[in-house]
Amino acid sequence: MKRAALLPYCVAAAMVVVWYFVSKTGLFPPSAFPSPGAVARAFIQEAASGRLFNDVVSSLFRVSCGFLSAIALGIPLGIWMGQILSARIAFLPITNFFRNLSPLAWIPFAILWFGVGDLASIFLIFLSVFFPIVLAAMAAVAGIPAVYFRVARSYGLRRFEKLTQVTLPAIMPQVITALRVTAGVAWLVVVAAEMIAGRDGLGFAVMDSRNGLRTDILVVEMIVIGVIGVLIDRVLVQLTAIPSVRWGYER
Amino acid sequence: MKDSPPLYLQNVSLSFGSVEVLRDISLSVARREFVAIIGPSGCGKSTLLNVLSGDSQPTSGTIARHGRMRMVYQQDGLFPWQTVAENISLGLRTLADEAKRAQQVAELVELIRLRGFENHYPHQLSGGMRQRVELARALAGDSDMLLMDEPFSSLDYLTRLRLRGDLARLLDERPRTVVLVTHDIEEAAQLADRVLVLTDRPARIRNEISITAPRPRQLADGSVVTAVRQILAELDMEVPSEITR
Repeated sequence: MKRAALLPYCVAAAMVVVWYFVSKTGLFPPSAFPSPGAVARAFIQEAASGRLFNDVVSSLFRVSCGFLSAIALGIPLGIWMGQILSARIAFLPITNFFRNLSPLAWIPFAILWFGVGDLASIFLIFLSVFFPIVLAAMAAVAGIPAVYFRVARSYGLRRFEKLTQVTLPAIMPQVITALRVTAGVAWLVVVAAEMIAGRDGLGFAVMDSRNGLRTDILVVEMIVIGVIGVLIDRVLVQLTAIPSVRWGYER
Repeated sequence: MKDSPPLYLQNVSLSFGSVEVLRDISLSVARREFVAIIGPSGCGKSTLLNVLSGDSQPTSGTIARHGRMRMVYQQDGLFPWQTVAENISLGLRTLADEAKRAQQVAELVELIRLRGFENHYPHQLSGGMRQRVELARALAGDSDMLLMDEPFSSLDYLTRLRLRGDLARLLDERPRTVVLVTHDIEEAAQLADRVLVLTDRPARIRNEISITAPRPRQLADGSVVTAVRQILAELDMEVPSEITR
């Protein structure tokens, strides 16, 4: 490993040291500023009880359902809007409207329609991913250079082949970037959604710790939420290593 | 059908609204003939090429095409998401036999001297290499005619000269009917059997220069130099007295 690769770990370690000394000063009471040691003990306790694991699984399940259903519907719709001008004229303003409406504003209706539980959170995550992904796929399709379609025609590609051999590969780099961005948003939204519309999950756990004044557990949950968010992006960034999409990132 | 010319235009005109771009163009390209179309920039060369390829419809006049036609673009006509071999295979789509296709791709890669680059992507190649792949793709399989839209204009001068030589050599190996649109006078003079000089917009055929010397030719050949002079004179860029000989 190169020396530079160690730098992020040094920064993290330094932060823990600063945190330790601030908690030592007594500037805040321990209940408002738990020490690293208290958080470490809370982590062991939470991990051993299995509650932390359950919350992580619940949150990941909701994010996966909402995210996957949103891209399964959003990418085809975006492609359709990118290809057909009248579809774009008709649906772009309303898509923009919903894209700029915070999904959190839907929380009351989510609860009224789906009750407290999985479906409400999945619905909110769906909304937070669906509209941005439609817009990204649409813009990517509309931006495909016309020369590729002329080449496709010149070489006799049929309609379906144009879709699979030109349109889809041409938008892949931009779609992958959009997936990374929206997966991040979905992870933010699930925590907020579960705080209000959940009976378990990391968001609910944060609220629960607050109500029980267990700030040590709260910090454990904050760290887990942040680390999982980073891991989700680490997984999705692997998509950019696919040889047939590299061109999109190297111009 | 065999005797009908691969490309035939009669009294073709095209206007975009009130802007007249092409006026009364008639042209018959013979099988295996290399025709270059040259003209001042903005005169409607590319519009003419779009009419030839069928991407634009003329306002009046008739067009007849026979055989499979392929376009070669200025740059970035290759699919960036496909490797060199995959791009070339696009020209071999009608060949059902996998093994034969692979063998043809290998031959073409050899022909453009890119062995070892089969699995590279276009963005990993230089501009000249990319354009050679374009040529290989267009020459693959049983295409009859190439329509080339300033295929070398985005390359630096030396690469352009080299690619011009490559094109002449490739056409020697795999003869095709070619229509080349260019503003490069040398390119037209070195490669073509016949050079059509267009007027300013609306483009008409101002004159036709036949170059009878056999192909492939060298850039400094007498026939090429003479043709360059004739083209320059047609474009009012050189005084006619210099070509009287």
